[in-house]
Amino acid sequence: MSQRLTRPGLILEADRNTPPTLFWNGEGFYLQRLPKGSRIIYPPEPVESLYDIEDGIDNALLNPTGDSQPLPDLLKPDMRLTIVFDDISLPLPPMRSPDIRQQIIEAVLDYAAQAGVDDVVLIAALGLHRRMTEPELRHALGNRIYDAFAPHGLLRQHDAENLDELTHIGTTESGEDVEINKRAADSDLIVYVNINLTAMDGGHKSMCTGLVSYKTMRHHHNPNTLLHSRSLMDMHSSALHSSIWRMGRLIANSGIKIFQIETTLNTDTFPEAFGFLQKREWEWSLSDRVRYITTSNILEKMPPRASRAVLHSIKSPYQVTSVQAGEVEAVHQVTLNNLHAQQLMVVEGQTDILTMGLPYIGPYNVNSTMNPILVAVMGLGYFFNLYINKPLVRQGGVVIITHPTRWEFNPLHHPSYIDFFEQVLSQTTDPVEMAAKFEESFAVDPWYIHLYRKSYAYHGVHPFYMWYWCAHALDHLGGVVVVGGDREAVRRLGFRPASSFDDGLEIASDIVGTNPSITHLHCPPLLLTEVR
Amino acid sequence: MIVEVLNTKRIGITGATGFLGTALCERLLRCIPECEVVVGIRPGRKGVAERVKRDLVKNECFNVLRDQLGSNFSDTIASRLIPIAIDVTQDGLGLTEHDASILKSCNVIIHCAATVNFDSPLDQAAEINMLGASRLASVIETQVPAPEGREPTTGMQAQPHLISVSTAYVAANQKGYAHEELFYDDSRIKNLNWKQELLQARRARSDIEAQSRTPEILKKFAKKAHFELSNAGTRLLTQKTEQLRLEWVNERMVDIGRSRAQSLGWPDVYAYTKALGEYVLAQQHTNLPISIVRPSIIESALTDPFPGWIRGFRMGDPVIISYGKGLLKEFPGLIEGVTDVVPVDLVVAAILAVAASPPPELLKPPPIYHVASGTRNPLKYGQLVEMVREWFAEHPIYDSAGQPIPPPEWSFPGKGRVQTQLARKMQLLDGAERIVSKLPLRGEYSKVFARIESSKTTLKRALGYVKLYGAYTETEAVFRIDRLLELYDSLPQHDKEEFCFDPAIVDWHHYIHQIHLPSVVQNARVPTSPSVAAISSSVVTRDTEQARTERSRRAVLSKQRHIAVFDLENTLISSNVVATYAWLATYHLPPIKRIRLAGQLLLQTPQLFLIDKRDRSEFLRYFYRNYKGASKEQLETDSWELLNNLMISKTFPDAIRRVRQHKELGHKTLLVTGAVDFIVEPLKPLFDEIICAHMSTQLYPSKTAEPMSVSTWLTGKVRPGGSLSTGPHTPTFTGELETPPPIDQTRVALILEYAEAEGLSLKESVAYADSASDLPMLEAVGYPVVVNPEPRLASIAEKKGWPVEYWSKTKGSPTPLLPIWTGRYDQNKPPMLETVIQKILEWVE
Repeated sequence: MSQRLTRPGLILEADRNTPPTLFWNGEGFYLQRLPKGSRIIYPPEPVESLYDIEDGIDNALLNPTGDSQPLPDLLKPDMRLTIVFDDISLPLPPMRSPDIRQQIIEAVLDYAAQAGVDDVVLIAALGLHRRMTEPELRHALGNRIYDAFAPHGLLRQHDAENLDELTHIGTTESGEDVEINKRAADSDLIVYVNINLTAMDGGHKSMCTGLVSYKTMRHHHNPNTLLHSRSLMDMHSSALHSSIWRMGRLIANSGIKIFQIETTLNTDTFPEAFGFLQKREWEWSLSDRVRYITTSNILEKMPPRASRAVLHSIKSPYQVTSVQAGEVEAVHQVTLNNLHAQQLMVVEGQTDILTMGLPYIGPYNVNSTMNPILVAVMGLGYFFNLYINKPLVRQGGVVIITHPTRWEFNPLHHPSYIDFFEQVLSQTTDPVEMAAKFEESFAVDPWYIHLYRKSYAYHGVHPFYMWYWCAHALDHLGGVVVVGGDREAVRRLGFRPASSFDDGLEIASDIVGTNPSITHLHCPPLLLTEVR
Repeated sequence: MIVEVLNTKRIGITGATGFLGTALCERLLRCIPECEVVVGIRPGRKGVAERVKRDLVKNECFNVLRDQLGSNFSDTIASRLIPIAIDVTQDGLGLTEHDASILKSCNVIIHCAATVNFDSPLDQAAEINMLGASRLASVIETQVPAPEGREPTTGMQAQPHLISVSTAYVAANQKGYAHEELFYDDSRIKNLNWKQELLQARRARSDIEAQSRTPEILKKFAKKAHFELSNAGTRLLTQKTEQLRLEWVNERMVDIGRSRAQSLGWPDVYAYTKALGEYVLAQQHTNLPISIVRPSIIESALTDPFPGWIRGFRMGDPVIISYGKGLLKEFPGLIEGVTDVVPVDLVVAAILAVAASPPPELLKPPPIYHVASGTRNPLKYGQLVEMVREWFAEHPIYDSAGQPIPPPEWSFPGKGRVQTQLARKMQLLDGAERIVSKLPLRGEYSKVFARIESSKTTLKRALGYVKLYGAYTETEAVFRIDRLLELYDSLPQHDKEEFCFDPAIVDWHHYIHQIHLPSVVQNARVPTSPSVAAISSSVVTRDTEQARTERSRRAVLSKQRHIAVFDLENTLISSNVVATYAWLATYHLPPIKRIRLAGQLLLQTPQLFLIDKRDRSEFLRYFYRNYKGASKEQLETDSWELLNNLMISKTFPDAIRRVRQHKELGHKTLLVTGAVDFIVEPLKPLFDEIICAHMSTQLYPSKTAEPMSVSTWLTGKVRPGGSLSTGPHTPTFTGELETPPPIDQTRVALILEYAEAEGLSLKESVAYADSASDLPMLEAVGYPVVVNPEPRLASIAEKKGWPVEYWSKTKGSPTPLLPIWTGRYDQNKPPMLETVIQKILEWVE
């Protein structure tokens, strides 16, 4: 992989001359002047991509990493081949066509066809996520693959509740049940196609979340593992990843053969027209300023539903920076190195207040509404966890989020979230308590299971996982303030609503005093901080 | 003297659960320590003993006695109070032999039973008030031996002394002094024949009944029933029509009664029938010692059993409360006229004094005692109004916003003017109601309709008061009490103190301000302080409302319930058969044809609306013909997409949650809908059973796809769905329903069938529905719940006290503007918006 010298991330200390900083605010954004002395963390600029993707893919398939033969050598005419791919939650926003999954799977299918493999099934690794719609599948895989496989039932989506289609592989040394997709387990070869947008994705996590059942998932998705995942982006300090790695090794030892393909993208997140979103404000050109004023005004004037539709129609110009294939763990190590090369930056010292503007999209609301629970998980589950070593914000510090946090839900995608918000969060925000009192009833509810299997709903237990995802932050922080959020909804989350950014700082001063250190995460594009 | 005479007696009281009857019972038990009291009451459904306990002894009137006797209270009541069942509307009073012997063994019988309702239908009033006393007299005229230990009835006392309670207003047809004598001495009505009056009253009923059955009038009722219940189904509509007819007959009988009474100079049917009753009694029963006591308007107690005791909402009270609430801005009356009010304990004392002084010989006519204040201690109408105004100025009632209501200034207008004003307001409200009922309001908005209805009820009541009581405030008769005072003077001093009935002792200002109004206001349970009102309006009312909602929710979600029946449209989802059809029909159409189809449906809307309003089943049959020729298999597949693209975004999450709650509680959940089976199929896991419409099919040839293998991948010639060839015959819809759609009565029958098959009871079941056409179902179950009601159902629910739930779609739900498929026709292309945005961004770049 060749890499151009791009500018690394920048930590700017705001002074008199610092222009106002861009804050995402759901389906919009605004400029906000930060107090003097605040630090603003700008992510590294996009690194150079592969010159020839097809060549890169071919190279990866023919020269695998770790203990693995090249793909063509693994393909035999009478074999069962299962190609598994990441679902709609990756990448964010969805990338422009052709999606990297399409390019890789087409290459794999070419080899399979050449080898005379006739038993090929494609599986979307949903885990407990919602099913993908036809347009979404067509986008991820391309029309050619879709039209060839879907009408014959050969393009499937993993169903964690179809007991007939699950196989129990065994139990790990820590007593964790491993139950995975039967077709995958019975295959002679699984080719898993990953998009590794963050350091948390990939490795054994692909199989052990994407193709397992609730019974397996609950071993690593629970308040205990997530409280001890510090952070989720650092697998060596993550209880979640430890559990997953135990499972992954169990699967490998059981004889299931996985040919892992992982890919990394650069951080070129928004098309040129929205280029200002990933530039440093003082470097905005005249046309950037015009575009900012025009788009922010248009989005603000539009009803949220319309601006949401527009923003979700934007496809990202992400470019592929690396493709590696072969044995799971070896491949993942290379992926992490490549990912760090793009995203990692060192930050000296923690802060009292961490501010973050949350965008319109997260992993669980592609083409959907970011409901209050997803706002919480975006801020406290993802942005807060973008660290290695220690959190950006100190123990007992405050996170200030800007997001409208409307009391809005998408009943098609998030039916159990509605009830979770009404029935669970109204009683407790403690992950341990809710796990004990409510999780089971949501997880086995036949209506949620029906909607997960037949409609486009996240699994009944999914909102719980979202809340557990926040467990580490909830435990670590002294308070969370949401600027511009719906008061009732924000309070229901156990956070404090503020009408303006300055009021937010004022509220935070109750916890961190009147002269706090402030750090702003200028994100997206994504980054990973190593806090020293 | 009174105690000594009555102590050894057995005293009978009819109408003991009434205001005066209760006071009499209590006074006898408390002040005449040895006497026995026989209480004659209508048995009702609960039986006499239970009624005595519940409707008599439990009354707070007995609080003083209860405190005095402590633990002996129950024993005393059991030993001294003898209940018997009496029905004064029957000859012979419907007595059992045993009860008759008890009644006949009484030494004194005080007849209080009457219909004191001023606007009773003529024939009912005549049966009770005109003949009641006479029937009682006929029963007791035959002698029986005295019970052991009681004084035998000998000589003049051989027969029980009958004291008939009448009303001073039997003489209200006079101007100036009214003496204590029978009305027939009045020359103007000397020739009045009571038998003829009774005959005509009974005949009037049959005439009106006949009239109410004429086609023209029945048509009117049917129309009104349809207005009130909309398309609630034949059974309920006919029931309503019959109810309206009966109401109309009753109203006519009330009208006829009032007109007849007023034509003879009485204020209302009560005074008129009572007057005739006195006459019948006096004329027919000359061998019985009889006294007649005529109180004027009886109001709360002055001292006994305690100051301010009152039972029920008495004659003047609703008027007073309406005034305090500012609802009654004007009330007709003569400013200088006398309002003849007398506290209940004075009336009781007077009756006891009369009981202790039976007429020494058979008098013809029997002695009559007025118990009235008009001559001795008059209370002028103007004075009374001023006192009431003063009091409310000091102790205002508070409105729902927690603000005090200023008492209106009365200008003492004539009855006519007030009536015209009120009638005009009524017309306005009627108009508003008609307009609102035509608007397509739902949920919270439909409260407007209920509000108009409640204003109408208030106004109707005000109008009723004016019609009813106006005559009383305009009475110019002054009731003399010479005989009463004579009796009073004859009493020894200690009786005068203990059983005082001289109206002169009432200090009106004190009585009205300190005793009567506080008691009336307390009884009416209206907010009387800002804190209570503020709480009442914003917290308590909401709280009590919430508490009520909570209570009804608990009842609905009790483990004891059996089935929870849910309607679909606007109860579970905000959609309808037209929307689901439009979506399915456009699912496979190119955009331009989708718009055309949506347009055609929109044009049909008014017609569909009218058919639906007239008859729901007819509408469904008519509309389902649109499905003719559609492939069953195709629709069954498409219905899943319908669920995902339209239905789920339109569901009410609260409703779904409620279904699941019922399921968790072990209730059977049942979906009942006029929608077709394939549309509700995806909702199956929510319910134990779905009752819906089924469409018939016929066979047509169709096409199927060929299997595909990866080898075709290599050729690169892949078409969506593989290659097509003609397959076997497949079922196609005919657009006709197999069975009648589950609407109104059919729906109830199907639910009942299900319940019986499962061995469950509808009385223990819950039903959720939104429209008047669901009324049969709501009425069939024990726990009806109204969801997002349309105006008429909202007002019906309010009247019946049914819980109402307002469920809405989730905010943020991606509901399409029109119920049509908005996705790409050519699935190979990305969504339209994405393409447009892409084009714009490219242009900007």
